[in-house]
Amino acid sequence: MKIRSNIAVSDNGFMFDPNTGDSYNLNNTAAEILQMLKSGKDESEIIKEFTQKYDVDEATFEQNLYDFLGMLGHYDLVEKEQTNY
Amino acid sequence: MGKLKLNIAVTGLNNTDNPGPGVPVIRGLRESNYFDVRIIGLAYENLEPGIYMKDIVDKVYQIPYPSSGTEAFLDRIKYIHSKENLNVIIPNFDAELYSFIKAEKELGDLGVKIFLPTLEQFEERSKSNLPKFGEKYGIKVPFSKAITSYADINNLRNHFDYPLLVKGKFYDAYLAYNPEQVINHFNKITAKWGVPVIIQEFIRGTEVNVIALGDGKGNTIAAVPMRKQYITDKGKAWGGITIADENLVKLTKKLIADTRWRGGMELEIIKNVNNEYYLIEINPRIPAWVYLAVGAGQNIPEALVRLAIGENVPPYKSYDVGKMFIRYSYDMIGDISQFEKLSMTGEL
Repeated sequence: MKIRSNIAVSDNGFMFDPNTGDSYNLNNTAAEILQMLKSGKDESEIIKEFTQKYDVDEATFEQNLYDFLGMLGHYDLVEKEQTNY
Repeated sequence: MGKLKLNIAVTGLNNTDNPGPGVPVIRGLRESNYFDVRIIGLAYENLEPGIYMKDIVDKVYQIPYPSSGTEAFLDRIKYIHSKENLNVIIPNFDAELYSFIKAEKELGDLGVKIFLPTLEQFEERSKSNLPKFGEKYGIKVPFSKAITSYADINNLRNHFDYPLLVKGKFYDAYLAYNPEQVINHFNKITAKWGVPVIIQEFIRGTEVNVIALGDGKGNTIAAVPMRKQYITDKGKAWGGITIADENLVKLTKKLIADTRWRGGMELEIIKNVNNEYYLIEINPRIPAWVYLAVGAGQNIPEALVRLAIGENVPPYKSYDVGKMFIRYSYDMIGDISQFEKLSMTGEL
């Protein structure tokens, strides 16, 4: 999954979607995942890095990660085909 | 080289909770790099806030509503011109545009320039003609019908699902969930704006707006898309943000190229969940949130005046995304003597 290239994420976790004008406040975990996605890491790399770095088992983290990615998709923050008008 | 001195008359000084574009248009003009402007405010009502803003207007004249007759309206404009030597007028009220479009040549002969859509463009995009407009230019528009009487309301079920929108020909739009509510809104709207009343399919989605300026030859001189962030109970934006929706800019440029639009415009568009864009209205003038475009790098009032006086204006190529406007209310202190002067002499 790729985050849209024009999505801006600040170090403090503030995310701005310039296409819609919507903004989001991310917690530390979400902000870290976002930065990893923006730097081009895929889901398996994120899972590996997180489970090594933090005290969390793979199954729990994976479930939460996919919930979060689903949310990003719902808010249209990921790359997809050109829209029509 | 010094700035060009111009005398510019501006209407729409009603900076209320349903604001006219006059004050923000003037702010754009006062920030111009090209002009040194003297602003002549044209007011319909004695309590339009812009009248009393010292840094906004240099002089104010009352003018009669266009409904009082074209002759009286034009005579007053000519009188003001004889006093102020006007170079340009920027009309900002929907209800006065028809009169100004009709008078454009006559005023132009006197040296007063106006930069408005042609009568054909003005009529073609009117709310009651919007379905045809969408078909002609290949743009999705909600299904709509113009109605003129109660009898038409009973037949709406054959054409629409509820809820639907009930709109006045110039202003006002209400959502109705049943025929009783339609009757209620119909009465309210016809009392204010007359018939027809427009019934429009309700499209669910996010409302986005574009402010734009066409040069009349098919070129888009300026275009800035905005999303309302805070909406008043009258449906007006009290806060908004510039957005980077390329599809909206493309749609705007196509529309201006196809119609060879002349003048300022505001497109009201709904983006539905499938990312389809429905044009719900074209306002044939600069909207009240124009100062956001100025803040984002496109001084539309300045460019409009340059076009009006016959200059060749290069299109703006970019704007800042993420610029926001936040409106506020502010109490000025006036004096009864100002009100008296305006009421008794028609000038201030």
